Amino acid sequence: MLRYRRELAVLLAWGALLGLLAVWAPTFFAGDQLRNMLVSAAPVIVAAVGMTLVMLTRQIDISIGSIFSLCGVVAGLLVQAGWPMPLAATISVLCGLLLGLVNGALVAGLRLPAIVVTLSTLVAVRELLRYFREGEFVRNLPAGFQWFGLSQAAGQWVVVASALVIALGAGWGLSCLGGGRAIYATGSDPEAARLVGIRPRRVVLGVFAASGTLAALAALLNDIRFADVDPNAGNGLEMQAIAAVVVGGASVNGGRGTIAGTVLGVLLLSTIGPALVFLHVQPQWERAIQGTVILAAVSFAGHAVLNRRSRGLTTASGGVGTPGQSNSPSSASKSTKPA
Amino acid sequence: MLLVECDQAQDGNWLTHDLFADAALLKPLLKLTGIRKAFGGVQALSDVAFDLLPGEVHALVGENGAGKSTLVKMITGAHQPDAGTIEIAGQAVTDLDPLRARSLGIAAIYQQPALFPDLTVAENIALGFEPPRFWGRVRWRERRERAVRILEDVGARFDPDLEAGQLTMPQQQLVEIAKAVSVEARVLILDEPTASLSDSETEHLFSVIRRLKQQGVGMIYISHRLDELPQIADRVTAFRDGRLVGTSQMAQTNRSELIRLMVGRELAAVFPKTEVPIGEPLLEIRHLSCPEEGVQDVNLTVRAGEIVGLAGLVGAGRTELARVLFGLSPAMAGQILVKGRPVEIDSAQAATALGIAYVPEDRRRHGVILDLSVAANATLARLPALSRRGLLDFAAEAQLANEFVERLGVKTPSVHAPVGNLSGGNQQKVALARWLATQPVLLILDEPTQGIDVGSKAEIHRLMGELVAQGLGILMISSDLPEILGMSDRIAVMQAGTIVGELSRREATQERILDLALGHVAAQGGS
Repeated sequence: MLRYRRELAVLLAWGALLGLLAVWAPTFFAGDQLRNMLVSAAPVIVAAVGMTLVMLTRQIDISIGSIFSLCGVVAGLLVQAGWPMPLAATISVLCGLLLGLVNGALVAGLRLPAIVVTLSTLVAVRELLRYFREGEFVRNLPAGFQWFGLSQAAGQWVVVASALVIALGAGWGLSCLGGGRAIYATGSDPEAARLVGIRPRRVVLGVFAASGTLAALAALLNDIRFADVDPNAGNGLEMQAIAAVVVGGASVNGGRGTIAGTVLGVLLLSTIGPALVFLHVQPQWERAIQGTVILAAVSFAGHAVLNRRSRGLTTASGGVGTPGQSNSPSSASKSTKPA
Repeated sequence: MLLVECDQAQDGNWLTHDLFADAALLKPLLKLTGIRKAFGGVQALSDVAFDLLPGEVHALVGENGAGKSTLVKMITGAHQPDAGTIEIAGQAVTDLDPLRARSLGIAAIYQQPALFPDLTVAENIALGFEPPRFWGRVRWRERRERAVRILEDVGARFDPDLEAGQLTMPQQQLVEIAKAVSVEARVLILDEPTASLSDSETEHLFSVIRRLKQQGVGMIYISHRLDELPQIADRVTAFRDGRLVGTSQMAQTNRSELIRLMVGRELAAVFPKTEVPIGEPLLEIRHLSCPEEGVQDVNLTVRAGEIVGLAGLVGAGRTELARVLFGLSPAMAGQILVKGRPVEIDSAQAATALGIAYVPEDRRRHGVILDLSVAANATLARLPALSRRGLLDFAAEAQLANEFVERLGVKTPSVHAPVGNLSGGNQQKVALARWLATQPVLLILDEPTQGIDVGSKAEIHRLMGELVAQGLGILMISSDLPEILGMSDRIAVMQAGTIVGELSRREATQERILDLALGHVAAQGGS
């Protein structure tokens, strides 16, 4: 249980928040408030799962907001043009995969820093979208688009269930498949990973591809909630996802973190907004409180790192994408001396 | 064949004595012939022939940089030799890489364990066993059971579900050994495995090594602790300056002979040592300790006009002592006197104000800023004096820089050229200029001539002579024994964070310095 104390801490925090609501604002649980919250959190969960994979390998993907917007618009336009929904969805997901592969190829292949690469794709895709759509919503979608043509209640359950299946699948894969363990190993120590026969660059390419794909899936789950597709729907998604991953206990230095933590992180952060309304706190405080939660989470993690450093093992900065890493096994040690 | 015999042998002594009597009959696990390797013009290994027999512990000794690690890297496939052949179990192997070496049964354990700190012990062992396949299911229970079995095998008593990062250094080392055992390594390389172990932990490691010996594993054992070798090694090979200088049965040699082999070089280089009158003490250290840097109870005096050489092996605490003296890691206990006055040095600024200057070891990382110009580098420590109302006076900067370029003979097209364009020797002169610009009374030089050409080396030595003639005191850290012997008026030898002995210029020899540096623990044990 000690291994999962971060996840437990987030669960407790979320439970405490819900408890607070139960005491001070029981009406929160009366209507379909909770369900609405889960439905709007579902796409964020899917995107954050992708972000978890990326951050476990010491990388970061801030382009998912743009990928999300683009893939949503692509699906909307195709459906508008009369394509069947499954085909449109497939093409949209392939778009996400392709963009993820571009990110991954630049980071793993050319060894460019992930933050620069994905910032560039974030801006490039967003501006491209602005040029073609000029901020215009995709309207007049056929009836089969919203909620997949199901009733609202059924559609909502499909959205939440899809997110749940994706999260469970990713969680299982990370802990029980060789590929998942390779992700942890790569993030924990890329050089040691190379020495045991893992190909860290291939792993990095893979997680970026997964991140792009999951961003596209998230866009689909988001867009079917509405009658129109907003070309700016993904703005800020990357920050929500990174925040959830960090709050959920993943290390920015890679190698540690779980899907369960990330899911709980999304739930905690997305409960704060509606909770404030019910607790009669001015909603302007939402961002400030979210920021404080994130700071508290990273301070917690920083404390853990300091403890480990005193034990002689630390996490060196850099990773697969860092140039100038030597190939000698002696450099595989993670030990650094604090300056 | 041999393996079967070994497994049947109940008594390890039988194996070591009887089989080694007929060593010639054993097929070596590993045989290297004519190995050469150069790194950027420096010959790291020349014509090395080396072999390892089954069930043997073959010790490698030599000073830092003698070529032991380079040899190990050839065997693990981390580097490829420029020439020579490597035979593993009688088969010539070319283009050895780390994966290939591992599949051929070669495992290495480094001083710093290379584990995944975020993964459990069981998983670390499993990953050493086979690379994960993408769709391969992870059998956690099987992994755990195997880990428990193997850990028990090497006598480790801790939970395989712990994260490797939470283990102590000796525990991590046991995990590394467990990894090697789990892949049934035939050749095991142990690089200073006892460096961070206590006596009882060392004893435990030795019993594990003896058990592996009985199983016919051949081990290459690198250690600076000469006194422990008779307990564990069958043969010993000494390296010096990239050459193998001798192999002998451990029983037929002793500590002093090994030291003689390790240093037996001719003192060919002539050092421009000028005799200057020694003045008052500039720096006195009494019982100085800093646990954070591993420095304990250091006593040392440096006088005006004196060059004190600080010798010792890498990791003995020399750089750490310099860091404490320069205020980078303030001392926890003890006293520092500068010119007879007790002082407290809690920051580099405080040290600089007291007239202490420190030219650090890794010049490219800490000594100079490669992208800045010679002038900017040379004057960096003097910025406040060169600025008026916060604005830099570039004319004064260039003037000061020019002065030093001339005085130190820095070869640069102009003071505005980036330091990165200069040669190593000239970069070092710029690093020196920066600190001379602060007009220090005590100069701490950490490996001042490491990796620079002979000409620049001589110029830096000449300059050191000039500086002490002007009344400065110099504390020189160097791993280059001839340099220590040639330049120092007095030599302090460090080992395990403290000064274990001082030698005057007259009484110092390479053998005596190395004897001290290798530790006095049971100094007679080797003979």
